[in-house]
Amino acid sequence: MHAKDVLGRSGEQAAAEYLESCGLRILDRNWRCATGEIDIVAVDRQALVVVEVKARTGMRYGGPLEAVSRAKRARLRRLAVQWLNAHGVRFDQVRIDVVGLIYDGTGGFSVEHIRGVG
Amino acid sequence: MPLARTYSVALIGVTGHVVEIEADIANGLPAVIVVGLPDTALREARDRIRAAITNSREEWPQRKITVGLSPASLPKRGSWFDLAIAIGILAAAGKVPRAAAARVMFFGELGLDGRLRPVRGVLPAVARAAEEGFGKVMVAEQNAAEAALVPGVRVIAVNSLTRAADWLRGLSGPDGQPAAVEYQGGQDLPGRAGRPGRNGKLASGGGAQAAGPGTAMAPDLAELLGQSMARRAAEVCAAGGHHLSLLGPPGAGKTMLAERIPTILPRLDRAAAFEVTAVHSVAGTLPAQVPLLEDPPFLAPHHTATKAAIVGGGSGVIRPGSASLAHRGVLFLDEAPEFARDVLDALRQPLEAGEVVVARSGITTRFPARFTLVLAANPCPCARVAGPSEGCSCSPATRRRYLGRISGPLLDRVDVKIELEPVSRKELLSDRTFSESSLTVARRVARARERAAHRLQGTPWRLNGEVPGSALRRTWPPAPGSLAVLERSLDRGLITARGVVKIVRVAWTLADLAGRPRPTRDDCDAALGLWLGVRR
Repeated sequence: MHAKDVLGRSGEQAAAEYLESCGLRILDRNWRCATGEIDIVAVDRQALVVVEVKARTGMRYGGPLEAVSRAKRARLRRLAVQWLNAHGVRFDQVRIDVVGLIYDGTGGFSVEHIRGVG
Repeated sequence: MPLARTYSVALIGVTGHVVEIEADIANGLPAVIVVGLPDTALREARDRIRAAITNSREEWPQRKITVGLSPASLPKRGSWFDLAIAIGILAAAGKVPRAAAARVMFFGELGLDGRLRPVRGVLPAVARAAEEGFGKVMVAEQNAAEAALVPGVRVIAVNSLTRAADWLRGLSGPDGQPAAVEYQGGQDLPGRAGRPGRNGKLASGGGAQAAGPGTAMAPDLAELLGQSMARRAAEVCAAGGHHLSLLGPPGAGKTMLAERIPTILPRLDRAAAFEVTAVHSVAGTLPAQVPLLEDPPFLAPHHTATKAAIVGGGSGVIRPGSASLAHRGVLFLDEAPEFARDVLDALRQPLEAGEVVVARSGITTRFPARFTLVLAANPCPCARVAGPSEGCSCSPATRRRYLGRISGPLLDRVDVKIELEPVSRKELLSDRTFSESSLTVARRVARARERAAHRLQGTPWRLNGEVPGSALRRTWPPAPGSLAVLERSLDRGLITARGVVKIVRVAWTLADLAGRPRPTRDDCDAALGLWLGVRR
């Protein structure tokens, strides 16, 4: 496993723990289809939340949140529809969130959670 | 609320409008949105500003940044607002004090490395800031001298975004020196305490080179051989601000004479110098060492010039043309018949109004354009010396057609028309010491101008050439009976009603030059002679 994948894995774990601490219920993780992958699928009250997790070790290449481009947000929207179709469920609202994590060098992350980005 | 305000000025022509820049930092994916009618260059500012901020070791907020420029209806162009936007973003992020940032006007373009670059049009913008009650302006160091021309403004000159931010924080620079150099507007800057002499002369299009009397290169009226009529005409035009047309064979000295008219014009007074400097500042033709242009400009555009180049124009940013750059100076059109006809006719409106109005879909722009027009033309297209033994083979019809390219309405606005004869051998070889120097003529011109200015006190006009016909008839009529010949010429259709007004203006200048209290019959007849001038 590459270092970046280790970081990504532990970042996703940290993000999931953070979201649960915020009261979201995790439904699914690393769900894949032909279009791509959803890092975390969760429920926040009435809304289905598709969460993209970005973890970085520093700001050298820009912040983690900046890495979520317009194309990426569009793909996340398509993935959300596909996840709903695949599971045959309906929600009143569907939301895309981004969780940005920066590794603090001691095993922890600083977390930033942006709701409703696309 | 992470919202900060800064202020700058948007220029429409040479008129400034205060622009409020709001920077808002909200939760959301990192992005910069610029709203409020920005053009492409201004929209690019977000990339430039971002690089400048990060390279200045400031933190770029990882948030959704909205930059609003208001009033939104006003078109805003170029890199002019870079500094104001960057400081606005830093203030919104809490990196510089918001209150301090809102009290200063910012003008400057940012380099990717955070350096502050100079911009065009600082003088009219700072003047506007002062009118609006902003006591402090921040500009690039290269713009400081120009900005400090405006009295009552504190000019803060910085060379980088870092310095700008440090100054707002009340810190000194990284080397312990003050972050900014401050100047008090209206007081002379160090380095330009001594008057720079006549070195601010502007020339273009192969005209006179930038050099004044006292240097070996200085053009002087004494160099013109013979042509006493033409010299006299130039003197009259310089004294009254009248327009001049010179017709004559090649080598007679038309261009030479025209290039020497600025040497007999007085220096610009402070108000006129401000107007001229403002236009040149917007056009970006201000010489680096001379913040204030005090010499009347001389512009000699080539005859291939387009209408936009002469009267101003362009898409997007509307630039002043030669007519405006020659404001309070001389616009010289050499080989006038070779100019495109629409270019010449476009000059009719500024000749009347003293300003150029350029209308584009987005905005209407005004530039001042009160210049002395000097036209020069050969009598025919072959331009062989026409004299007793002429080699010219042009038919009368060809000649008429050639000169006919200068339209009647334009010529009707030219007050003094002179035909130059070829210089004779005797004149060419005569002793030059007897021909008058520019200095001598300039003294007479200055005295005549003083006399006119004294008479015109309390009016918006300063020169005889500017006085409208109605005021001329009402307040300053020539001596009774002196208009007899004029009236007869009008009856016979030799001159137009506009012509009469122009002739009376020139008559006033002749009286001023001679020191007479009002024009006599001789003055009016002489003015008519100068008006009819060219035998056609």
